Amino acid sequence: MNTTLERKEVKESANVEHQNDQRSVKISVRDLDLFYGENQALYQVSLDIREKEVTALIGPSGCGKSTFLRTLNRMNDLIDSVRINGDIHINGNNIYQSKDVIELRTKVGMVFQKPNLFPMSIYDNVAYGPRMQGIKNKKELNKIVEESLRGAAIWDEVKDRLKTSALGLSGGQQQRVCIARAIAMKPDVILMDEPTSALDPISTLKVEELIAHLKKDYTIVIVTHNMQQAARVSDKTAFFLNGEVIEFEQTDQIFSMPKDSRTEDYVTGRFG
Amino acid sequence: MRKFKDNLLLGLLWFGAFLTVAILLIIVGYIFYKGIGLINLDFIFGDYSPVGGGGIWPMIITTIYTIVISLVIATPVGILAAVYLQEYAKQGKLVRMIRFATESLTGIPSIIYGLFGAVFFVTTLAMGMSIISASLTLTIIVLPVIIRTTEEALKTVPASYREGSLALGSTKLQTLYKVILPSAMPGILSGIILSMGRIIGESAAIFLTAGTVAAMPEGIFSSARTLTVHSYLVTQESGDIELAAAIGIVLIVMILALNFAATFISKKLNKADY
Repeated sequence: MNTTLERKEVKESANVEHQNDQRSVKISVRDLDLFYGENQALYQVSLDIREKEVTALIGPSGCGKSTFLRTLNRMNDLIDSVRINGDIHINGNNIYQSKDVIELRTKVGMVFQKPNLFPMSIYDNVAYGPRMQGIKNKKELNKIVEESLRGAAIWDEVKDRLKTSALGLSGGQQQRVCIARAIAMKPDVILMDEPTSALDPISTLKVEELIAHLKKDYTIVIVTHNMQQAARVSDKTAFFLNGEVIEFEQTDQIFSMPKDSRTEDYVTGRFG
Repeated sequence: MRKFKDNLLLGLLWFGAFLTVAILLIIVGYIFYKGIGLINLDFIFGDYSPVGGGGIWPMIITTIYTIVISLVIATPVGILAAVYLQEYAKQGKLVRMIRFATESLTGIPSIIYGLFGAVFFVTTLAMGMSIISASLTLTIIVLPVIIRTTEEALKTVPASYREGSLALGSTKLQTLYKVILPSAMPGILSGIILSMGRIIGESAAIFLTAGTVAAMPEGIFSSARTLTVHSYLVTQESGDIELAAAIGIVLIVMILALNFAATFISKKLNKADY
């Protein structure tokens, strides 16, 4: 009911922080606490993620950045003991009030740490999501598959072997097909959970180039362990430590003149 | 000294493996040696004759009946139960108890199931000594096997497949149908093969529930004799080891054929995905 009002407030508060920022807020997180049973993993996380920007989440292992990422498409729902307080609005809708987690996940795609293609053909992998939404028309599916694979910059490498097993591809190719599989759903947001941590440097570079390209159409949130990567691909960076957001700023600012000494210690490699 | 221990252990391992294979070969060899003389088309496709010299076709048909009927019931029920336990049920005390019960059920001697079948299906449900009574009893015998193997197969499906599918906005049921069950198929199939072996090999429970009528069954409500029961009776009644061995050969060939068929189907199923 009052979501529009809240959204407006969010926008205003964000505008105070970033005067020059014209992009609208895609994801707005307010006072998010998350518990695994008795253990609290996130403390009062609040941040605004803007449309068609790349937002990087950095921080040492166990700081809650992956947990936070998984709240955005409610993947944490899969764990019974998880409890959440606070609000997350995506496109102005409170995603934890709406019951329709399926609808949410079609709008918020995800790419995982390790490529997790299904043991099917490349084509069937990319067509999987649309088929589950009830698209059966062969022409339409062909179009989606081609567009998605092109969008993930892997079409030329796989166009002659679409019907062969996806598991026969190299790790880097698999990860790009995973990205194609995610964009086949035509999502608004793509979440990436350390998408290059299992890849070699050349494949990593390709995925990073892809991210820079995808940002034109999608809002991207990426968790990364690699600070150079965060610096290369992201517009904004949030530094997580022990379940709290210590600093959330323009990426160049985080890396060149962090406000918090803990951020400085982390980005200069003093710990983590 | 360490070298010696090493060699000793290796020798023991080798001996164990050798003994197992040797016993198998000796048994199969002995059965073939004793029974192969009786095997011909008349023996396999001929009707039974009480005065001797007849064939075993009615018993083969009865055996196939029991396999098909019990698997048609046990497979879907077992898979559904396993999927529920593994994918849906809250892992707690109740599920642990159900698991414990299914595990215990696999260990109960089949004669006990036979007695239960004789009382429950034959008498209480008035199905009489019949193929259906025997098949239902066999269903209970193999159900825990199918549940256990299916559960194990579901456990081996990587969690990343589940996450991947759910993250694409598919429902739990779609994930189950399109990703999890196909991946678990080889394991589920091996459970079904194992069950077929148990059904073919079962005699005590069938003896008590299907009876011993040595004639072509008219339908699933007639009493009939399976191959193993027949083999037991001919040895018992006439001491005809050659005949029993010949039946043994047919049983062995049937089991091998079914195993090959199942492996073949499993490979076909896997290929269909690519």
